[in-house]
Amino acid sequence: MMRAFLALLARDLRLAVRLGGGGGMAVFFFLIVISLLPLGIGPDRALLAKVAPGMLWVALLLAALLTLDRLFQADYEDGSLDLLTMGALPLELIVVAKALGHWLTTGLPLVVAAPLLGVLLNLPGEAYPPMMAAMLIGTPALSFLGAIGAALTVGIRRGGLLASLLVLPFYIPVLIFGVGAADATAGGFSGEAGRQSLALLGAVALASLVLGPLGGAAALRANLR
Amino acid sequence: MDEFFHMGGYAFYVWSAYGAAFAVIVALVWQSVADYRAQTRLAETLEKAAGGRVRRAAHREHETGEDAS
Amino acid sequence: MAAMNSLTALQRFHAYANPARFMALSARLVAPLWILSVLVIGAGLWFALFDSPPDYQQGETVRIMYVHVPSAWLAMFGYGVMAFASAVGLVFRHPLSDVCAKSAAPIGAGFTFLALLTGSLWGQPMWGTWWEWDARMTSVLILFFLYLGYIALWATIEEPVRAARAAAVLALVGAINIPIIRYSVVWWNTLHQPASVFRMDGPSIAPAMLLPLGLMGVGFTLLFITLLLVRMRAEVMRRRVRNLRLATAGAAAEG
Repeated sequence: MMRAFLALLARDLRLAVRLGGGGGMAVFFFLIVISLLPLGIGPDRALLAKVAPGMLWVALLLAALLTLDRLFQADYEDGSLDLLTMGALPLELIVVAKALGHWLTTGLPLVVAAPLLGVLLNLPGEAYPPMMAAMLIGTPALSFLGAIGAALTVGIRRGGLLASLLVLPFYIPVLIFGVGAADATAGGFSGEAGRQSLALLGAVALASLVLGPLGGAAALRANLR
Repeated sequence: MDEFFHMGGYAFYVWSAYGAAFAVIVALVWQSVADYRAQTRLAETLEKAAGGRVRRAAHREHETGEDAS
Repeated sequence: MAAMNSLTALQRFHAYANPARFMALSARLVAPLWILSVLVIGAGLWFALFDSPPDYQQGETVRIMYVHVPSAWLAMFGYGVMAFASAVGLVFRHPLSDVCAKSAAPIGAGFTFLALLTGSLWGQPMWGTWWEWDARMTSVLILFFLYLGYIALWATIEEPVRAARAAAVLALVGAINIPIIRYSVVWWNTLHQPASVFRMDGPSIAPAMLLPLGLMGVGFTLLFITLLLVRMRAEVMRRRVRNLRLATAGAAAEG
């Protein structure tokens, strides 16, 4: 079963690379949205620094949502999803493989891009390490929770927007704890609030590793019957 | 009586709140009842038009809770 | 129906699943429930508007509480009904469960909206602002989003059985997430507002206020149940219509 899992993961990664996985576009979106902020609220560096952690996380969330609909849609359309469900891999592990692939091709690139965008928003220097840590912990949660939305809307035309609407409320704890770690008042790794945020973020991420596959598999079962 | 409507100066807020409650509840009731009546009427029309065999077939499937398709 | 098994209790349970039986039973319940709801809400209104004292701090605006708190209660109760019905539908395949969940959603959403609206109207004279990002209002707003997403999913998937199952999954995932979201919002709120803010229901509720509050709460709940039955009956009819249409088309194709 491990081999089937790795084979599926490798196939998805290869497809993402070959077809230009949404990762590039997601990063591009991330960049544009961050650039919109100073255009919207003015270039006052102090103000930008204040909103930077929150804005970076919000833009990250939105960018992660962009590539959700390719999680299952392509396989659904050409019938490979049905074939997969008949194979050796349980549906839950299929969802894990898909979500993991999404994180590797979309989440990770976004995390790598984040510090560069932090510079654009004058993010305070001491916020970088806790923010990176938070994003590394939080982005898998975004992929795994997002898989539920993608599974619920598979096969629906223009399902991407609906998937985003369904998933965004579930992203809220990730947002709150993720920003909590990077916030100026939190004190980062050495601050009480900062450490607590990271711990809570970790808890949410772990929960999503369970809830995502369970919910996503149940949703796929509902839609594929 | 005047004092009652005046609500200690907060008339706008209190009466808007109760007014909103009234509006929302009336809207919910109206839409629910109207929908029920419309569907019932539709079902009756279709049953009359459909004739015995179709009606019985539809009811049989309907009562076992399964989809006709 | 696949779920018939040897347990007689479960058989009886499924016997009530029969839509025709439900229709017969609910037809008898609806009228008395309407009357009961009107009476209890009427009594509640009497005490809320006339026969109860103004708050010593908030003055007459406390009367808004008598609509706001029951609405907020129904917002949560509605989701509870939705989630419970969804669970029963997924696990036991009880055919009326999906109907129940689908019917509960718009009612719950309506009262959630009302809770937000009345909360705003209560907040302006009390806090001087039409909207306050405190833990409770923020949580109710997020609950509203969950309702809207659920209703949107039902509306988007055309095939009823598939829509029912997908919506049930969403309702349950939402139910599991609600405590997590609530905790994170409370945490967020204490982080950003260390000074404790004026609580929505005031420092204490005088005993004289409990009666109208209780009456309105019970009355609203009765109204919810009445509306739920009406909507469930409408949904059963809607499915009958759909089946009739499909059967007619089928017969025409064969004919």
